[in-house]
Amino acid sequence: MLKGWKEIPIGGMILEPGNSVNFKTGDWRAMKPVIDKSKCVKCLMCWTLCPEPAIIRHDDNSVDINYDFCKGCGICAKICPRKAITMVPEGGE
Amino acid sequence: MDRGEIMSYFRRLADLPKEELLAPGHRLCAGCAASIIARLALKATRGPTIVVNATGCLEVATTIYPYTSWRVPWVHVAFENAAAVASGIEAAFRIMEKKYGVKKPDIIAFGGDGGTFDIGIQALSGALERGHDFVYICYDNEAYMNTGIQRSSATPLGAWTTTSPAGRVIPGKLERKKDLIGIAVAHGVEYAATASPAYPLDLVNKVRKAIEVDGPAVLHIISPCPRGWRFDPSETIEIARLAVETRFFPIYEVEKGEYKINIKVPKPKPVEEYLKRQGRFKHIFLPENKWVLERIKQTIEENWNRLLELAGEK
Amino acid sequence: MGKVVGLMGDEAVAQAVRQSNVDVIAAYPITPQTIIVERLSEYVANGELDAAFVPVESEHSALSCCVGASLTGARVFTASAANGIALMFEITFIASSMRCPIVMAIVNRAFSAPINIHCSHDDTVALRDASWVHLISESVQEAYDNTVQAFKIAEDPRVLLPTSISLDGFILSHCLERIEMLDDEVVSEFLPPRKAEYKLDPEKPITFGPLALYDYYFEFKRQQEEAMRNALTVVKEVAKKYEEISGRKYGTIKKFMTDDADVVLVCMGSAAGTARVVAKSLRKEGKKVGVLSVRLFRPFPTEDVRETLENAKAVAVIDRSSAPGCVGGPLFEDICTALYDLPERPLTYNIIAGLGGRDITPDQIKQMYNIGFKYIEKGKVEDKVLWIGVR
Repeated sequence: MLKGWKEIPIGGMILEPGNSVNFKTGDWRAMKPVIDKSKCVKCLMCWTLCPEPAIIRHDDNSVDINYDFCKGCGICAKICPRKAITMVPEGGE
Repeated sequence: MDRGEIMSYFRRLADLPKEELLAPGHRLCAGCAASIIARLALKATRGPTIVVNATGCLEVATTIYPYTSWRVPWVHVAFENAAAVASGIEAAFRIMEKKYGVKKPDIIAFGGDGGTFDIGIQALSGALERGHDFVYICYDNEAYMNTGIQRSSATPLGAWTTTSPAGRVIPGKLERKKDLIGIAVAHGVEYAATASPAYPLDLVNKVRKAIEVDGPAVLHIISPCPRGWRFDPSETIEIARLAVETRFFPIYEVEKGEYKINIKVPKPKPVEEYLKRQGRFKHIFLPENKWVLERIKQTIEENWNRLLELAGEK
Repeated sequence: MGKVVGLMGDEAVAQAVRQSNVDVIAAYPITPQTIIVERLSEYVANGELDAAFVPVESEHSALSCCVGASLTGARVFTASAANGIALMFEITFIASSMRCPIVMAIVNRAFSAPINIHCSHDDTVALRDASWVHLISESVQEAYDNTVQAFKIAEDPRVLLPTSISLDGFILSHCLERIEMLDDEVVSEFLPPRKAEYKLDPEKPITFGPLALYDYYFEFKRQQEEAMRNALTVVKEVAKKYEEISGRKYGTIKKFMTDDADVVLVCMGSAAGTARVVAKSLRKEGKKVGVLSVRLFRPFPTEDVRETLENAKAVAVIDRSSAPGCVGGPLFEDICTALYDLPERPLTYNIIAGLGGRDITPDQIKQMYNIGFKYIEKGKVEDKVLWIGVR
């Protein structure tokens, strides 16, 4: 439901920082990155250079993809020094 | 490749904080470098920071009401005035710190090349001359991408844009790119540097170094644009690296007037390797446009030699 | 209470700003506003005013700088005129839409070309739709009083809109007048430091100035309209409070012998004083004339204007700016619109006068009144828009 003028903060202010997490961009994706964890050396290149960010960095520097936001650009797969990330068609095998 | 001596606040990628001050859910194109640059810059902050954003892709796509991707105080006013807005914020905090004990945060202003090289150059010049304590980061995607790839004074020689089309008579942009760092240095700023997202440690350390400066600092960061440069979104970082490896976009810094080349590139790759990957340069490989390619090569050589001279390496 | 001093209009504004506990001043010099910024920079340089003076490189940056400063919660002032206002035009709409209670002195000067440094009201009326509260001064005293009140109006949580105070270039800005200044402490008490609810604060990160499209833009404009309606009340409330500390009365308009007047002359700015002198002498000749001068140009005090003019037989409106191709000058159009719903409307006509600093003389004003009597006699208006004082 869209809000009326009395219900929203004045002047276009957005009071909730980072609330774009409520807008999922994952459905933009045509190709999907898949990590082969056996090859990952935890270099963090993919985490560092993801534009979204849609790479989750764990405490041990291992990583996972956050498919809620990943737009499927494929940067991570291209820059992974161990080729541990491959792009596969969304919805396919 | 010789990395020179890069000042290290962050020695490894693992040193970067996990905290994401730019949240996902923004609507920048897949593979956009602008958000990589903004994300990394925010990882390099040293404490409370306010972000000022000129109108442009980064601003528009991160704050589509009612959503914002920013977890820091953030303000956009207009296209040409990010540096002036930052001046006001800085001046206000400076006086309020004195009068009311309000702690002054760090201030980073982001502008694209249009908002920096062209329409915002006066406001930037004014702010640099007045010496406000802030960091100005130009993410340079070398055209007005937000409005649909129009030529700016940062568009490189030879490039196609929608207002420097590759026509039968005029084959793309025929003018050179402005020297932004030279302009900043001419104002006597204490720190100015270029960076590329392909070298993230260099980038974050430069952002931090710029923040640590008491006064204005300027960073000029190449921001490959898959849509406007016509390449696959997965290649953003490769393109950003090739720009450096071909000496097309040299990585250097100027500290108190002293130039230092941070990434030396002793054996540059042929520039064709960079140009051929991008549709915006496609036309210069036509036989009749060979002269444009020659001119690009000549420009690169001249710029590099000038840089070597400035850095005292020649 | 207070003290009597001799000050020029620009100096009086600068004194009022000094007393108003301003935090940031960002301004670019333009004749005839320069004395304001010169004085303010002196106050800051001498430690008489604890504020940041930002000597920006253009008017566009002046107002941009003010917006940034205002969003931190600081109290902010700027001043400009004519071409300077035109250069900052883009940001004037943004400042109000982002709800920044900036106060700006407009020292009225004609728009170029030809370049001219003297008074027309072009700059103030150019901002009539910019969602600013606009206060007009008739004298140096009023310029001083309006400046102090402007901060209180702008920063009221019901308003939160930028507010301008206008004074006629040279005629007031450079005219030495005897005025009563309030004591510093009295103004300090009237204007304690600003308390902003929404500001750039790392403890509570807010996004200011996002992109809002057809799904939300409209709602923000409606909020501004509401703030403007509130401003009408707030201007009157602030005037009352100001009267308590100064003894001087202000409203949205000023009436002079309008109650039983047949012909009322409507104007803004310094011409009102001349008009009152002429009206007084015409009254002695038995001619029933009056003067209505507008103090609050925006929000336009429609009700107050209508009530004052409803019994007049003819209303002459002076516009000190031309609007080629329009029905009439901007003030004329406002007045006509305000009168339109009356069951019996007075005859209305517009006079374009005093452009580019040309004097609006007592003889011209007499002529303006006489035209009204002639129209009343004929029962109709012959020339709707008259240019008086032009060769």
